[in-house]
Amino acid sequence: MRGQVPGCTVHTPTTLIGALEILFAEKGAWRPLAGGTDLMVLFAAGVLPFSRFLNLWGLDELRGIETTSDSVSLGALTTYAEIRTHPLIAAELPNLVQSAWVTGAMAIQNRGTLAGNIANGSPAADTPPSLLAYGAEVQLQSLAGSRWVPYENFHTGYKQTVMLPEELITRIRVWRPKGDNFHFFRKVGTRKAQAISKVCLAAYARAEEGRVAEFRLGMGSVAPVPMRALTTEMLVQGQAIEELDGQFIAGAKLALMEDIRPIDDIRSTASYRRKVSANVLGQLLEEMVERFKRA
Amino acid sequence: MARLLDVIREDLELTGTKEGCGEGECGACSVILNGKLVNSCLVPAVQAEGAELRTIEGVASDEQLHSVQESFLHCGGAQCGICTPGMVMAAVDLLKRCPHPDEAQIRDGLAGNLCRCTGYGKIVDSVAQAAERAIQVAEESRS
Amino acid sequence: MNPSLHIGHSRIRKEGRAKVTGEAQYTDDVRMEYMLYGVTVRSSVPRGILKGIEFGEGIPWDEFVIVTAKDVPGELNVALIERDQPFLALDRINHPEEPVVLLAHADRYLLEKARAAVHLDIEPLPPLFDLEESLACKEVIWGQDNLFKKILIEKGDVDSVWAGAAHVVEGEYKTGSQEQLYIEPNGAIAVANAEAGVTVWGSLQCPYYVHTALKALFNLPDDKVRVIQMETGGGFGGKEDYPSLIAGHAALLSLKAGGRPVKIVYDREEDMVATTKRHPSRTRIRSAFDAEGRLLALDIDFALDGGAYLTLSPVVLSRGAIHAGGPYRCPNTSIRARAAATNTPPHGAFRGFGAPQSLFAIERHMDVAAAQMGMDPIALRKQNLLRMGDATATGQIIKENVDLPGLLDHALEKLDYSAKKENHRIHNASLGPIKKGLGFAIFMHGCGFTGSGESYLASVAGVEGRADGKVHVLAASTEMGQGANTILSQVVAEVLKVPLEYVEVVRPDTALVPDSGPTVASRTTMVVGKLVQEAAIGLRQTLIQSGFLKVPYDGEGFSSAVKQYIAKNDHLKAYSQYNTPPQIVWDDQLYKGDAYTTFAWACYAAEVAVDTRTFEVKVEDFVAFQEVGRVLNPTLAEGQIEGGVAQGIGYGLSEQVVWSKGRMANGQMTNYIMATSMDIPRIRVYFEENPYPNGPGGAKGLGELPMDGPAPALLNAVQDALGTSAPREIPLTPERLMDLLDLMDFLEPSNV
Ligand SMILES: Cc1cc2nc3c(=O)[nH]c(=O)nc-3n(C[C@@H](O)[C@@H](O)[C@H](O)COP(=O)(O)OP(=O)(O)OC[C@H]3O[C@@H](n4cnc5c(N)ncnc54)[C@H](O)[C@@H]3O)c2cc1C
Ligand code: FES
Ligand code: FES
Repeated sequence: MRGQVPGCTVHTPTTLIGALEILFAEKGAWRPLAGGTDLMVLFAAGVLPFSRFLNLWGLDELRGIETTSDSVSLGALTTYAEIRTHPLIAAELPNLVQSAWVTGAMAIQNRGTLAGNIANGSPAADTPPSLLAYGAEVQLQSLAGSRWVPYENFHTGYKQTVMLPEELITRIRVWRPKGDNFHFFRKVGTRKAQAISKVCLAAYARAEEGRVAEFRLGMGSVAPVPMRALTTEMLVQGQAIEELDGQFIAGAKLALMEDIRPIDDIRSTASYRRKVSANVLGQLLEEMVERFKRA
Repeated sequence: MARLLDVIREDLELTGTKEGCGEGECGACSVILNGKLVNSCLVPAVQAEGAELRTIEGVASDEQLHSVQESFLHCGGAQCGICTPGMVMAAVDLLKRCPHPDEAQIRDGLAGNLCRCTGYGKIVDSVAQAAERAIQVAEESRS
Repeated sequence: MNPSLHIGHSRIRKEGRAKVTGEAQYTDDVRMEYMLYGVTVRSSVPRGILKGIEFGEGIPWDEFVIVTAKDVPGELNVALIERDQPFLALDRINHPEEPVVLLAHADRYLLEKARAAVHLDIEPLPPLFDLEESLACKEVIWGQDNLFKKILIEKGDVDSVWAGAAHVVEGEYKTGSQEQLYIEPNGAIAVANAEAGVTVWGSLQCPYYVHTALKALFNLPDDKVRVIQMETGGGFGGKEDYPSLIAGHAALLSLKAGGRPVKIVYDREEDMVATTKRHPSRTRIRSAFDAEGRLLALDIDFALDGGAYLTLSPVVLSRGAIHAGGPYRCPNTSIRARAAATNTPPHGAFRGFGAPQSLFAIERHMDVAAAQMGMDPIALRKQNLLRMGDATATGQIIKENVDLPGLLDHALEKLDYSAKKENHRIHNASLGPIKKGLGFAIFMHGCGFTGSGESYLASVAGVEGRADGKVHVLAASTEMGQGANTILSQVVAEVLKVPLEYVEVVRPDTALVPDSGPTVASRTTMVVGKLVQEAAIGLRQTLIQSGFLKVPYDGEGFSSAVKQYIAKNDHLKAYSQYNTPPQIVWDDQLYKGDAYTTFAWACYAAEVAVDTRTFEVKVEDFVAFQEVGRVLNPTLAEGQIEGGVAQGIGYGLSEQVVWSKGRMANGQMTNYIMATSMDIPRIRVYFEENPYPNGPGGAKGLGELPMDGPAPALLNAVQDALGTSAPREIPLTPERLMDLLDLMDFLEPSNV
């Protein structure tokens, strides 16, 4: 333990407003603390550059999964364990369940939160690809009011976001898929559990009249931020399913290799990430074609 | 930001809960907090105020070992023993959520607890046996 | 029917109850009155000259206990094989984790601040990180030529063979470093003062190694240094020599603190980056075969990266070199082995001790050779496996009736080799992304110390009757999970014909137990077990002769005899000292003769599935078949094998130490990839029992054996799955496998 406990202050507001007031009064001075599964690791290693923490864990306003006929809205403090066991999410947004399932292991899943995973800004986080594939939106709230931001615009650079120092993430909203759709999620991690992604890929597609009417591809660990592979998406979107043959897929794989900007680090190499992303895209497209042809 | 782990080991002097990594990876510090399995090295102590805490010291009742502990003994689930308290907590948690786990569920339930000694086989056996014991006990009490 | 009372029965682990309840006391669980915490300030520069130490602003330094090399009262260097590694750097820095300053304080948080506030002024010198550069003496960083040890094993004349051989196969094989990753990090608590001497409690494997090092460090006689082993949360070799250093550090701080207890427990990162790991290796093999696949010559160049100091490298090299020829009969063999220095923290002991490195090379090479010669790897092995009466590379004649071809057949049968092979042929012919393969490795592991090691040690162990009627086992052999307590108790209880509860193993404490040698080299059961067995026979004899014990007797009768004897004679102790079994001859100079009193033998077979999309290798099935003499406790023995195989799978596939300028860059459990419960299949363990006459109850050693086989078996299986012999380096990470396949596509585009 190299963190400095004595120099730390933790404040525990009892209401969301109370929390927002503190963030507003001393902008940038307080670090939101949710489940602590990111912050505590850095703290213990003695590398966390903050010492004042705003403890959100008790704020019930930030909990709960709410569903309407169109959308599912998850409170900022929703844990992986809650996502993992939610029947509606399992049925309609399976990528989210899979993201939760492959995150850490049980003890992490009981503590880690969805908003924390997003706000932490790690390019290797595992819910972002699914959230990108589902076109999620993030609600940011401050004393001044609240705003919904499309999640794809949330990250602006490595560990940088559009969130203002006085804002909190309060909810994450995902639209319920309609029609004939296909979901794909694959994490290629360093091991089967307790693993950091080397490549993570999530996709959502909807077919209409023999064509791919909608296609979103979210990726992790292949760029400074979680990203959508836009060129690849454009290539696939609108295509007749019949035409998604081997040759097309080979082209899509090449496009994806251009879309992403992976790096070498202690966990993997850029060339591995590039090639495996492409290969998993191949798997995804094959499975998608099979799935839509079956319908 | 004091860690729950330090409160448990130093203030409460309950040293059965171990620190293997302090980074949430090994699970040696696993405890059950408000009914949920957590890594106590990652829980800020303030978040445990007023909560219900169960550590390895609270698993056996008096001289009577918990069925999970019993089967760890019989199946060879503990070698050096440093991961064992955490493993036992994870197993107790798993069997509460899922009383009749198959091997895949056991492996999933223990995936956050690293063991360098056993290769996990005998731990998996221990948990499976504990589940069996619990069934037997339940049947015996019914008949 | 098992006629034995305890031998061969799965008795419950002696200290098991304390472990499952959390009552077992490990080093970090101990707190003493007035205790201080200690930390180490390290060099961070791989090589240089220490010019000065500055204590930065903002820290109340007068509250701290501060120790540097200048405070050392005795010998500055750790007493081990040679004395070249300083407890604290005096002026030379030889690796980036070199300890330079020690600090102690009661406030752990302030201590961390202080650690960061110490600045070392080091004038850098050019470092050496690469083994080949060290061998080539690009810089001289140790001795005359960077070599810690050179060994040459020669038999026949390899050079007479090449020209006439039907096949000559060459290959180069590499193994990476490996972190022991016991879940309890290294730690020690010490109390030291001028009058009473030094007492240390720690997580350690070899109390008497620490004892020796502390005596020299403090210039104290035997009885002024006391080393006590606490419950130890795994060692695997990682707590063989390093504890001397950490114990010495804690004791130096305590001495300067006027005898206040000082505890040093490393956090995970410090443990990973600063303490010892497995030696990386490079092996070149040139082999000659006749047309039928008979081995004619083996020319092996085996090199280990020893890190900055000599520590245990000579003996690791020795074991590696002796195992380098594998379990094969080969008339002409030349094994040249060298351990060389680099500016990384010293590499040390890790389960297997050099053998996993060289056995990986030879067992991988046999499959490479089979492919090159167009032979079946099974047939090639069978052509060459050692039989009774054959000689190993050192000229050791195999005197036991070992049936290696049988072992091979049994292992493959258990794996369902033929049926799977056929299924795979069909499966792999389809276009799917998953390719399946089977592989195996056949190998041996020498039991006990190499060569004359055991004779030099002349270990002593004993048993003692107690006033409460129980018998205590007195040995410095430590329990660290492998089951020493239980096995030694079983052996003694068997001799005494009493229930296991009547026998307790005394916690190793140099003030109470004799030096039964270090707990390493798979020697505890076979060597120390034999000693306590003999001692127990002596004790029983004494009781019978005294007339207190009348045969037949039951447990009660025995214990009352003990009580009566002690009431009359005060104490009842019996000791036994090691004697080399007859006809064991070893020449340390020529490396000829009986390298080990016996070997454990094994064949491990694996099925893998390679995902050609992600280049991940999944172990689908694993069979570990071995002959380890008599199995004393099946549950414990299986546990040893399963755990060792899991470590071996990690060694082969995922456990990569990433080096950056001599320092481990991935010193976190999240970045160093050991297996979780989801990564390891059920390991299927089988024993073939062939009692060994010189082991207690017929037992041989088995602890290290399972480390040797998995890596070559898995890579051989990958060769089978992908039809390429390219993988020759471990760990075979997905990244590495991809690069190999890319390279092949580049070289042979037609394969695409
Ligand atoms: C052993 C281990 C394994 C893991 N495995 C995975 C994995 O497989 N995949 C993966 O993606 N992640 C993994 N993680 C990281 C994952 O647990 C975190 O990203 C988690 O989701 C963060 O949530 P938290 O509540 O714990 O965040 P905290 O640590 O409390 O906070 C994280 C960051 O988010 C900010 N924050 C939190 N809540 C809010 C809010 N409402 N509004 C604004 N900012 C906020 C905090 O200020 C902080 O910067 C792992 C972590 C550990 C320790
Ligand atoms: S100590 Fe908490 S997970 Fe390792
Ligand atoms: S028993 Fe040693 S780590 Fe699990």
